[in-house]
Amino acid sequence: MSFFIRNASGDVLIPNRRAFLGTALLSGAGVALLAGRDALAAKNAKGGTEGNDAAILNSALGAELEAIAAYQVAAESGLLQKPVLALATQFQGHHKEHADVLAKTVAKLGGKPVAAKAKYVFPTEKLKNQADVLRFAATLEKGAVSAYLNAVPVFGNRDLSKAAASILGDEAMHWAVLRNAVGENPVPEAFVA
Amino acid sequence: MNMAAVIGVPMAAAVLAAAGLVGAVSLAESATPSTAHGAEVYERCAACHSLERDRTGPRHCGLLGRKAGSVPGFEYSESMSRSGIVWTPQTLDRFLEAPTRVVPGTSMGYAGVSDPGDRRDLIAWLAAARC
Repeated sequence: MSFFIRNASGDVLIPNRRAFLGTALLSGAGVALLAGRDALAAKNAKGGTEGNDAAILNSALGAELEAIAAYQVAAESGLLQKPVLALATQFQGHHKEHADVLAKTVAKLGGKPVAAKAKYVFPTEKLKNQADVLRFAATLEKGAVSAYLNAVPVFGNRDLSKAAASILGDEAMHWAVLRNAVGENPVPEAFVA
Repeated sequence: MNMAAVIGVPMAAAVLAAAGLVGAVSLAESATPSTAHGAEVYERCAACHSLERDRTGPRHCGLLGRKAGSVPGFEYSESMSRSGIVWTPQTLDRFLEAPTRVVPGTSMGYAGVSDPGDRRDLIAWLAAARC
């Protein structure tokens, strides 16, 4: 079991660790798309969709906060080997960036960002080894892909749709890498739903 | 995943008809629900929902027959709480097709499950789920 990328022949390709850990996929673009757009609130005020948009963003924020907690449980489980642990920590960092930007945007739209729950319940009794943890994480990432994909068309503000698509791309990469790590086809289909 | 699931059945039908493949439209309309496929469709919900526990969305155990907005302790949108919906296969089908259209103001900012076959199988799986 490895998180290393395999080529079409099944050979393991040793990744450049910096290539994994050095890419802040959303940090610049996400902040610019969401929290950095000072005109966002005014634009939404004109369109009158800010309440719905804030509610959608708050649901996304709730899911991101749960994902952060899930990766924390994974990191502290003792089940992840060192290179996989680094990967999980990186993915958790992305979710923290998403959550930060989403919370700021909800506030900018006049909403109250949801807070992390005091306690999350995960099916830890079913997580016996590294592969179990990675499959569970992949399930959450797949769900996140669908959630953001289906949020894109319902935002009143098209800037938010673009930002959601940006996060969607990041979640899809997480999902693919996690699938590959457990030996599954990382990109099994041409479309996601 | 089929084309209908991605672009919606009406558009898929138009595309297939134009390509002379009208018979292929039935791919989304097979008669017998597949709970196995329904389980796969449910994976799309995994960011927010589970059967057993409340997450960003409410738990789904016992969904069929339940009044919308009625899981104790879960904080619903006002729109959902006041919707008056009781979840049946028919009401679920309508809601899942376009949640924000059926319950404007719902916290479930999700465009919907556009493929009728996907919805049928998902609902069959939810109905069969034992918690």
